[in-house]
Amino acid sequence: MTALTSPPARGSALPSLIARLGAQHLSLIGALVAVLAVFGTLNDNYLSLDNLQVIAEAATITGLLAVVQTVVIICGGLDISVGSQAGVASVVSAMAFTSTGSHAYAGIAAAVAVGLLIGLLNGVVIVHGRVNPTIATLAGLAAYKGLAQLLSDGRAQGYVLGDPVFVFLGRGKIAGLPVMVWLLVLVALAVHVLLARTDLGRNLYAIGGNDTAARLAGININKYLIAVYGLIGAVAALAGILLTARTGSGQPTSGSEGLELKAITAAALGGCALKGGKGGVGGTLLAVALLGCLENGLTVQGINSFWQNVAQGALLVVAVVVQQRRSGERAVGLPA
Amino acid sequence: MTTAPPDHSPPPPPLPPGTAGVVAVSKRFGAVRALGGVTLDFPAGQVTALMGENGAGKSTLLKILTGDHRPTEGHLHLDGRRLDLRSPADAHAAGIRIIPQEPEIIPHVTVAENVYAGALPRRAGRLLDRAELRRRTTADLERLGFAGVLDPDLLGSQLTPAQRQLVEILRALTGEAKVIAFDEPTSSLSEQEVEALFALIRRLRADGVAVVYVSHRMKEIFQLADRIAVLRDGELAGVQDAAATDEGALVRLMVGRDLSAVFTRARVATDRVVLEVKGLTTDHVRDIDLTVRAGEVVGLAGLIGAGRSELALALAGDLPIRSGTAMLNGKPLGGNPGRAIRAGLGLAPEERKAQALFLHRSIRDNTSVAVLERLRRFRFVRRGAEKQLAREYTERLRVRTPSIEHEVRKLSGGNQQKVVLARWLARKPEVLILDEPTRGIDVGAKAEIYRIVADLAEQGVALLVISSELPELLGLADRIVVMQGGRTTGELDRADATEEAVLHLAMADDLTPRHPSPGATS
Repeated sequence: MTALTSPPARGSALPSLIARLGAQHLSLIGALVAVLAVFGTLNDNYLSLDNLQVIAEAATITGLLAVVQTVVIICGGLDISVGSQAGVASVVSAMAFTSTGSHAYAGIAAAVAVGLLIGLLNGVVIVHGRVNPTIATLAGLAAYKGLAQLLSDGRAQGYVLGDPVFVFLGRGKIAGLPVMVWLLVLVALAVHVLLARTDLGRNLYAIGGNDTAARLAGININKYLIAVYGLIGAVAALAGILLTARTGSGQPTSGSEGLELKAITAAALGGCALKGGKGGVGGTLLAVALLGCLENGLTVQGINSFWQNVAQGALLVVAVVVQQRRSGERAVGLPA
Repeated sequence: MTTAPPDHSPPPPPLPPGTAGVVAVSKRFGAVRALGGVTLDFPAGQVTALMGENGAGKSTLLKILTGDHRPTEGHLHLDGRRLDLRSPADAHAAGIRIIPQEPEIIPHVTVAENVYAGALPRRAGRLLDRAELRRRTTADLERLGFAGVLDPDLLGSQLTPAQRQLVEILRALTGEAKVIAFDEPTSSLSEQEVEALFALIRRLRADGVAVVYVSHRMKEIFQLADRIAVLRDGELAGVQDAAATDEGALVRLMVGRDLSAVFTRARVATDRVVLEVKGLTTDHVRDIDLTVRAGEVVGLAGLIGAGRSELALALAGDLPIRSGTAMLNGKPLGGNPGRAIRAGLGLAPEERKAQALFLHRSIRDNTSVAVLERLRRFRFVRRGAEKQLAREYTERLRVRTPSIEHEVRKLSGGNQQKVVLARWLARKPEVLILDEPTRGIDVGAKAEIYRIVADLAEQGVALLVISSELPELLGLADRIVVMQGGRTTGELDRADATEEAVLHLAMADDLTPRHPSPGATS
């Protein structure tokens, strides 16, 4: 048979690079460069290796949650309980560590198991309880936060920094990069391969793009959705474990509250269509970096953290408004 | 003032005041002509029935009458004056009402509020005057003789189909109604409810209202109508006095079409039964018996709402089977779509954009979605093999596109349909169901789809084709099964299948007791 498509012309590298990256990624890179330039000019220490490492470490936990948020948004759902899930996992990891006589792996395993269960519960409530994902995970946001507070009696639990495994996770470095950042890179790469290269990923895009068509093409939508929420639970647990390792103890709320907003903002900024079917890990990671650099810059400049909340909320709305403008939806009634 | 076109040789009798009508009205949607130069009066104090096959232009004409569409050419008149309707609100203000086929009822408010929605009586500024609202609705019900039938305080969600219809009628009669159009009003009514509705329509006629009555049911039309207007392919095929015509004459008017351009193919069917359906009953269809053999093309005919698409979705595993069986080569169908697909069934559904395509994804993605499990190594999609497959079918089906990476939403309707077919051909199904495969696509692409159907039959695929275009079915099918109201009403071999015969079976009121099937939309 003859090819209908000619291979992309191998011209100069730059245009083909631009075409491969796409407008979404390019504007994020542009914004990132601008943010770095502005704060770098205002403050000499901003671009120092030490500060960049601080930014990377601070962005890691958000990054993990943003990557799995990307997956659930691609298949047309949402999870606003990710922060609370991380809180539960943080508490569980520290408490299991303490109660097993300082077994770090027992703490980690318990946290991941609990995270997976919570995630699967979300999935089952949404799919079989027929609860809108936003409502179901809003309920989860409150309930899992309460669960973490109940388990911990509202206090920080245990002390893990006497244990080499937790110290390695929270403070260790491999080849000059923090272990935390390596973990994010690993998870992001795995999710990227899942989405871009496997049939599972194709089916996730199909479900988010047109669920009726996906169903009629033989895809078992329910199984996929429940599995995706399970994946979120497991990765949120990993984020919770890192939170414990960073702060030295299990934290029911401090450190995990508000992470859902950051994760969803990053996914939306990164090009995920909130209707589903569109997006990818690359854009989300760029948006995580952008948000992290912005937050750090504002802090370094001594801007009131209340303003940072305002800025974050505004960014999320702007990202979605831009997305909707581009899709050309009619402005009548409630948006789809 | 309107004047009749010059070719009306005998001057028409003077029309009573309150008469409405259209003059030389045409409507185009892009390149598609839905209505071409229709001139028709709806005299006051008469019931004018509007008939025609699916797609003949009835809906378009109604929508022009009620201000939903503006005519491309021509105009409306009412009471001897020319009307320029810019919106449904204009039509309402002029006294034109429509009772839609599916009543629009607000579920959580009372009947009275439903009737007066948008014009609720008020007191003391913006407070709702409940007493006045109730009084008015009660008075309306008494005036129409439905005082005992409908309680104005019932909630919208508690109403039966007939009561819902009655709410629409009450709505229509608020203000001064001069023209009232009923769009297939009896499709969800019981026998007694139909009688009550007819009594009401006769009263409206006696009050001097111009009634427009759209229906496929011959029996009703002869009970009710004074005049019968038949549309065909967007044109007025004829207007007859109800007293001076019969069913046969009307069917001939509806059909009389040039059949010379129609596709025909040779019979290649074998004796091997591939799809066997016995006594299949779902929420929408009942007692369906059907067989399709390898290499055979079976046409499924029927009017909109006959349950054809619902039957297709049940076979494809997407609607639950309540009783009866459907077997593909001895393997039971039903349960979920994945099972039907694995058994060897493919369905190209009625609404290709809503039900089949991933519009923002590439032709490659859309083609490979149902065969990814054959294209993967471990869990990784073999992209070379995937591209090769997409190219092969894109080329075989002559999809016109610059690249297989092109987004499907950018293709024309015909090419989109070919992508849907490519998806199922790539799966190599034993049974392929095509639901309205040529709807909304141009003539050239239609011919190509017919060619594909013929090729598939020659390769031994068993095909079930649903189409509302009778000439198309007559050209393609070896056998035609006709459905009405969720049941099969007959089966015609190719030799005996004519448009008249199919239409008789599709509209036959007397052959079967009526079984309303709410929700049936095919």
